[in-house]
Amino acid sequence: MKSIILKTASNYLLPLLLLFAVFILFRGHYKPGGGFVGGLIASIAFVLHAFANGLQSTRKLLRYPPGAFIPTGLAISLLSGLAPMFAGKPFMSAEWLSIHIPIIGLLGTPLFFDIGVFFVVIGIALTILFTISETIL
Amino acid sequence: MELLLLILIGILYATGIFMMLRRSMVKLLIGLILLGNGANMLIFLLGGITRGKPPIIGETDKVLTGVYADPVPQSLILTAIVISFGLQAFAIVLLKRVHALIQTDDLNDLNTPDTSI
Amino acid sequence: MIIAVLSGFFFAIIALLSGKPIRKNMGWIPALLPLTLFIYFFSLLPALASGPLRFKYEWVPSMGVNADMKLDGLSMLFCLLITGIGTGVFLYASYYLKGHQYLNRFFCYLSIFMAAMLGMVLADNLVLLFVFWELTSISSFFLIGFNNEEKISRRNALMALTITGAGGFLLMAGCILIGSASGTYSINSLLASAGNLQQHTLYGWMLLFIFAGAFTKSAQFPFHFWLPGAMVAPTPVSAYLHSATMVKAGIYLLARFTPILGHTAPWNITLMIVGGITMLYSAFHSLQRTDLKEILAYSTIAALGILVFLLGVGTDAALLAAAAFILVHALYKAALFMVAGILDHETGTRHVGLLRGLGKVMWPVATAGLLAALSSAGVPLTYGFIGKDLIYEATLHAPSFAVLLTAVAVLTNIFVLYAGFQAGIRPFAGELPQQYRQLHLPGWRLWIPPLVLALLGVVFGLLPSLTDEALIRQVYTSIGGQGTLPPLKIWHGFNTVLLLSGITLVAGCLLYFLYAPSAAFRPLTDKWQHFSPEAITIKCSRAFLKFSNWYTNLFHSGYLRAYVSIIIIFITCLLGLKLVLDVKVYFDIKTNISGIRLYDAVVFAIILAAIWKSVSTSSRINAVASLSVVGYCICLLFVIYSAPDLAMTQFTIDTLTVVLFVLVLFRLPPFLKINDRKVILRDAVLAALFGAVISIIALEAMNEPTTKEISRFYAENAYVMAKGKNVVNVMLVDFRGFDTLVEITVLTIAALGVYSLMKLRVNSTTKE
Repeated sequence: MKSIILKTASNYLLPLLLLFAVFILFRGHYKPGGGFVGGLIASIAFVLHAFANGLQSTRKLLRYPPGAFIPTGLAISLLSGLAPMFAGKPFMSAEWLSIHIPIIGLLGTPLFFDIGVFFVVIGIALTILFTISETIL
Repeated sequence: MELLLLILIGILYATGIFMMLRRSMVKLLIGLILLGNGANMLIFLLGGITRGKPPIIGETDKVLTGVYADPVPQSLILTAIVISFGLQAFAIVLLKRVHALIQTDDLNDLNTPDTSI
Repeated sequence: MIIAVLSGFFFAIIALLSGKPIRKNMGWIPALLPLTLFIYFFSLLPALASGPLRFKYEWVPSMGVNADMKLDGLSMLFCLLITGIGTGVFLYASYYLKGHQYLNRFFCYLSIFMAAMLGMVLADNLVLLFVFWELTSISSFFLIGFNNEEKISRRNALMALTITGAGGFLLMAGCILIGSASGTYSINSLLASAGNLQQHTLYGWMLLFIFAGAFTKSAQFPFHFWLPGAMVAPTPVSAYLHSATMVKAGIYLLARFTPILGHTAPWNITLMIVGGITMLYSAFHSLQRTDLKEILAYSTIAALGILVFLLGVGTDAALLAAAAFILVHALYKAALFMVAGILDHETGTRHVGLLRGLGKVMWPVATAGLLAALSSAGVPLTYGFIGKDLIYEATLHAPSFAVLLTAVAVLTNIFVLYAGFQAGIRPFAGELPQQYRQLHLPGWRLWIPPLVLALLGVVFGLLPSLTDEALIRQVYTSIGGQGTLPPLKIWHGFNTVLLLSGITLVAGCLLYFLYAPSAAFRPLTDKWQHFSPEAITIKCSRAFLKFSNWYTNLFHSGYLRAYVSIIIIFITCLLGLKLVLDVKVYFDIKTNISGIRLYDAVVFAIILAAIWKSVSTSSRINAVASLSVVGYCICLLFVIYSAPDLAMTQFTIDTLTVVLFVLVLFRLPPFLKINDRKVILRDAVLAALFGAVISIIALEAMNEPTTKEISRFYAENAYVMAKGKNVVNVMLVDFRGFDTLVEITVLTIAALGVYSLMKLRVNSTTKE
């Protein structure tokens, strides 16, 4: 699949799709969207890039192996759950800052939890797909 | 519409099971996916279906009012969809692995029952 | 208190991890644990005079299950035995098994056992008692099977576990029955409701279950046979578990329940009969054995029989006799076992006929053996004499059948005396054979413990007041003895009891001198072997094994689809039957239906077509394509029916799944062309039926009125409490965030699985 059109398109599509994914992630609390969908869209973006430009260049682009996203995301989610415990509240009780940001809305631990989910989903989808395509193709 | 969905669920379950009873590994996988879809639809239907009123609180409101789609089955299904992706990926790889080992798609060749002790 | 109990478990872990030092020279260190505990319990002894000590610990308070502990006379006696003899056994074992490869493991099991035993005798709660009871069975299993490379060890360990485990199971049933009948699991509170329990309609069952537990554990006829088998364990284990402590757990249980369930006709008669049969049966059997440990095993069973028998007689005198005899027996029998172990360790044989004259080379061992044997014989001035006096006293004054009971007791005691002499005297008397000349005294850790125990038997005999008020009376009170009885004395004057003691001694000595133990009678008894409880048990278990084999082979064909079919057929039949019998199937048009619009119908038709294509096609790419069509159409349904989040997720997942399939599928071969019409028809019918059942169930579920309370809670609180407007997302990341955390963990595991499966290189695969 070395179509020039696809290759060129994917170069523009990747940032756009990633931006879209992040947008979906952040609006998740108010509109349809969220970490799962955002993560999946981001992984589709990378998969598309890999189809067009080859796996190696996508890996280079990512800089870290996709597997690294998983522990990162898990850690973010877990920490966002643990954070309230330092304030003496039970595990995973939501804490909010009263700063309002456009699109994102309020800043709080559930948002970070969702970001964690986002990274885990990217990591898992890419790990699975990259591993399979590397060993088979 | 509920009637159609009921029939659809029945068909999804039936075809899913039917495919799982085939001897081909790939058909087993297809059956698994159909069955997963059927289960999702079942939960979706039993939560009650509502047209055009997603469980999203309006710009100016503080609570959901009037008729709204049930958010509980939706979050259950969302989880199930994502999990089933993991399951499918794992199953595919497992089958691929088995295929690489025994060089056939026939599940019968996989048969190594526990013989008598 | 709870620390005292649990310390054994902690120590077990430490022992397991410190194999090297224990194997080298530090083997005596483990003995410090029981010693410390012994001192601790001993220091509590004076406090006991003012009533039992109670310790409260909560465990599952909502179910009335507490880890309460109670230390009364009975518990104290057992605690002292467990820790005191335990100290000896730990020391003994450290020399006996010196350099053994798995000595650390041995100490691990041993301390687990000790802790469990302590927990059991201290527990003031039926559930707690049961848990520790089972722990003793399990640790005993490991100890019996310690030489696990020998087949006979494994077999006998399994046998012991089967018997005691089955008993434990019934005991659990009994505990639950008693607990639910009386409304409390606390043993202390049960004392108050003894009357109610005895009037209860299920009293017979309670007795049955408790007896089953006690008889299996204490090796009563017809469950006695595991104990001689358990002698394959290393001797320290036999001395500890199978003479002094674990087998007495059943006695403990019966004694504990005497004030609660006892003093009724069924209780007394059953115990007397079972105890009586056990006494005679095993005492008689001990005559036919030539292996030292087997002789001792059978005489142990006889002693346990005596204890059950005494509890059965149930008079105050009998209870006092039982209290004293527990201590008497533990002291001499543990000593005799240790002596037998020393002989085995030094000479390599346990055959009575071969061991002679060893007193000349190991006099301290001989002394220990002699004193223990004398105590077991009940020679005056030993503790055994006092014990035997009390037994005769009790049987002579039994409310009924006094003469018969006394005769049984005398006969048994003659045999017990004989067994004691065989083990404690015969090996040391007579000429020293040539091959044993070069033997010399083993290390002190081996002979000090039995000597101390045997000496104690004499000291207590000379000064019975040492144990009387402080301990034996406490035991007596705690098992429900009420009347005041004369204190223990060395000398009661000339009376019938003394006469009976004399008869026992004379007859026993005559037997010892006239009859050398031999297997001469064995052929006679072996004839009955087929009908022995042991043979029957083995037969039953064989049959069970055969049955399960047949059953497994029937259902485990190894074909995945056979498993799926069985499950589906079962579910379909079960649910179908229920639907046909009890449920009125109807479709409520008014409330259920929402109109079918054109695009609904179109989507529906497309899905059906796609499903049909994916099922019927013989091309894989077609199948995958139609599957994705199914997925996208479901996605459309989600859009139509107000689930935008689901639609987005379904859409993206579907895309990724297609990519996944495309990546893998072309490395798989095309579909097999297997077109057996009959099979396809059969499967189709089965699948269709299953689908129909699911549809009908879904319909029924829709007809049922549903409550939307949970949904309403989320809908009302999503913004108020969680500051989010997308309720589904709020549930995922906030209300049910913990579930999501687990979910992504599961996904991580799946990804790891995929990664390792693909990267793993198996020999037969070359291409990867």
